Amino acid sequence: MITELGHFALILAFMIAIVQMVVPLIGAHNRWPGWMAVAEPAAQAQFLFTAFSFGALMWAFVTSDFSVRLVALNSHSAKPMLYKISGTWGNHEGSMLLWVLIVSLFGATASVFGGGLPPTLKARVLSVQAAIGVAFFGFILFTSNPFLRLVNPPFDGQDLNPLLQDPGLAFHPPFLYLGYVGLSMAFSFAVAALIEGRVDAAWGRWVRPWTLAAWIFLTIGIALGSWWAYYELGWGGFWFWDPVENASFMPWLLAAALLHSAIVVEKRESLKSWTILLAILAFGFSLIGTFIVRSGLLTSVHAFANDPERGVVILAILAVFTGGALLLFALRAQAMEAKGVFSMVSRESALVANNLLLAVSCFVVFVGTLWPVVAEMAFDRKLSVGAPFFDAAFPPFMVALGVLLPIGAMLPWKRGKGAKTLWTLRYGIALALAVAGLAWTMQTEKSLLGPVGAMLGAWIVSGAATDLLQRAGRSDRLSRLMRLPRADWGKAVAHAGLGVTIFAIAGLTAWQTEDIRVANLNEPFRVGSYDMVLTSVEEGRGPNYFTTMGVVEVSRNGSKVATLRPEKRVYPVAQMPTTEAAIDYRFTRDLYVVLGDAQDSGGFTMRTYIKPFANWIWGGCLLMALGGLLSLSDRRFRVAAGVRKAPARGVPAE
Amino acid sequence: MIRFIKASLAILLLSLSPAYAVQPDEVLEDPVLEERARSLSEGLRCLVCRNESIDESNADLARDLRLLVRERLVAGDSDEEAVDFIVDRYGEYVLLKPTVRGANWILWAAGPMMLVLALLIALLYLRKRATAAGGAESNGLTEDEEARLKEILKD
Repeated sequence: MITELGHFALILAFMIAIVQMVVPLIGAHNRWPGWMAVAEPAAQAQFLFTAFSFGALMWAFVTSDFSVRLVALNSHSAKPMLYKISGTWGNHEGSMLLWVLIVSLFGATASVFGGGLPPTLKARVLSVQAAIGVAFFGFILFTSNPFLRLVNPPFDGQDLNPLLQDPGLAFHPPFLYLGYVGLSMAFSFAVAALIEGRVDAAWGRWVRPWTLAAWIFLTIGIALGSWWAYYELGWGGFWFWDPVENASFMPWLLAAALLHSAIVVEKRESLKSWTILLAILAFGFSLIGTFIVRSGLLTSVHAFANDPERGVVILAILAVFTGGALLLFALRAQAMEAKGVFSMVSRESALVANNLLLAVSCFVVFVGTLWPVVAEMAFDRKLSVGAPFFDAAFPPFMVALGVLLPIGAMLPWKRGKGAKTLWTLRYGIALALAVAGLAWTMQTEKSLLGPVGAMLGAWIVSGAATDLLQRAGRSDRLSRLMRLPRADWGKAVAHAGLGVTIFAIAGLTAWQTEDIRVANLNEPFRVGSYDMVLTSVEEGRGPNYFTTMGVVEVSRNGSKVATLRPEKRVYPVAQMPTTEAAIDYRFTRDLYVVLGDAQDSGGFTMRTYIKPFANWIWGGCLLMALGGLLSLSDRRFRVAAGVRKAPARGVPAE
Repeated sequence: MIRFIKASLAILLLSLSPAYAVQPDEVLEDPVLEERARSLSEGLRCLVCRNESIDESNADLARDLRLLVRERLVAGDSDEEAVDFIVDRYGEYVLLKPTVRGANWILWAAGPMMLVLALLIALLYLRKRATAAGGAESNGLTEDEEARLKEILKD
């Protein structure tokens, strides 16, 4: 019954979205307040019905209602509760429902917090947002309905893929989707502004929080996915340049570019048409990402939704929205005249450089991801583009970005002096060079990767610190530091996070130690400076799996460091084995142990890695997200968003 | 979800074969040769997997290829000869890092070309902004306003 109600609520939400798409748009065109006012209640009702529908599906998963086809295919009664819940979006239909739920969530949020928006702009934004919703509601209802029943329900389900039964991965898709779909808001604002024919500083201020929120979610989502790959897949890799990963990385790069160019629109009323174009492209890449994952164009063995027919529908949605918006852009972009004047050396120019590097690096990822398809169709060559290509083609842009970042972040608006800014940053430069030199002398292999990464990391972090100190002035530093706007703190923290991540990736890649051997029971061996011994291997069972667990004692210079328990699991329902690496997390290194198969000699294959600075990769991502959050909580957005709050709460009153 | 396909396939193959990426018995005595073999393996694709190098893969075929690479190196091949040997037999599909031959120059040049193009456009734009509205010093004031501002500032 609840399932049917959920289905019905979804259809209702679809209908409401159609109304919300059409009526406010006509209303805004003819300046009819009544018609425009339809958008707000419609957006909220659409969200409530979609949320109910999603809740109904989740209920079916939680209660293990195997008469629902989707539940029977993707769940099992013995599965832990967390994974019953996350199973709701661990499949194609459910994840598309989550997608559309987030589209309507953002629409509803805009209707609630958009009090300060001009009525016509608001009506148009909500109308465009509803149009995106309509496309995906239709897609779900007509091609991927999650509420279908089975005539003969089975006794038990077929279980969720065991690899997905993991806390990291349970929350990876929702964050990623919040990011992808958050960009739909920037898209809606861009299209609405094109229809309106007007972009000003206020528009930049409204667009930025949405982009920032989307970017924060994307950052967390990507970090979660990469962390999961690191500990779950058994060889400690964290980024593989897989098409599906690239699909999430491209919108992240463009969102980062967009949130920087929106600053220029907000502060200086320049770069308007470029910002609009970026907003369209960023969401376009979100749709391309969805298409790549859902269609199986590039990864034909993707476990779910490898259905060309559905892929074609998503391709059509992609073509209509991106193509339509670009056409509109071509027709109307001329109307966006730039106002601000600035010289070659200025914050504006630096932000242009930032956008240029981010956009071109996104382009490189895009070309590399699609090249195998192009080569096969156009040149009849079957070839691969894998990690070695991206490792060669992508980092140069990031190095350039990292070198320019601290300088650009401190250049004044309108007109700056490069030499003066460099002089302010002299301690950062000295520190970066010293760190690079230290890294060079300490490493045994003479590769450039480690020192360059260390130098960039130190440079960016010290640059961010210098920027903050500079702002705080000379006297009474501490209290003035504390009173800096949150946006300034956010900028420094996010930039420092990027520095930390760059350093960690370079350090881990350059300096990790690997050991592969047959480990016999109670026979000590040495990896790096650690003494390890496999003391026992036991069979056991968990809630829905069987396990073979090794016990590894680790010591260093005679004192105990850790006891590690690497596992091999078999999930009998899904008939799938998984490896659970045992990791000793420390601040400066991870000790990563994987248990392999039993050998005829009685020993076990064992792989041990010492991974320096591994945690810092995700620590840096967290810092970036935190910086975004700080910036998002800046007072000017609350004021701009029209939320009436006592100003005294925004800044400490003196 | 990201690595799901690869992982699920890898796991599927794992259940078929007991191998698990590079095995202790594959490792060569000579550490220099082994090092070369590892770095070559990272650039060769496991043909039955998706986007996975033979160095990471658990498939039997990947193991065969790893052994083949080591065989060639032990036989005295240079890195290029060993890779060519494998490409001759399995096609350029095994190369994770595509060559620059034929139309592939487009792939390799795409980034740098785009960068140059974007730089040109950006420079033109910046120059326009720097000279817009009659000189970089302009601040949007008319001449009268400018004169009045000077007067005020004089006081």
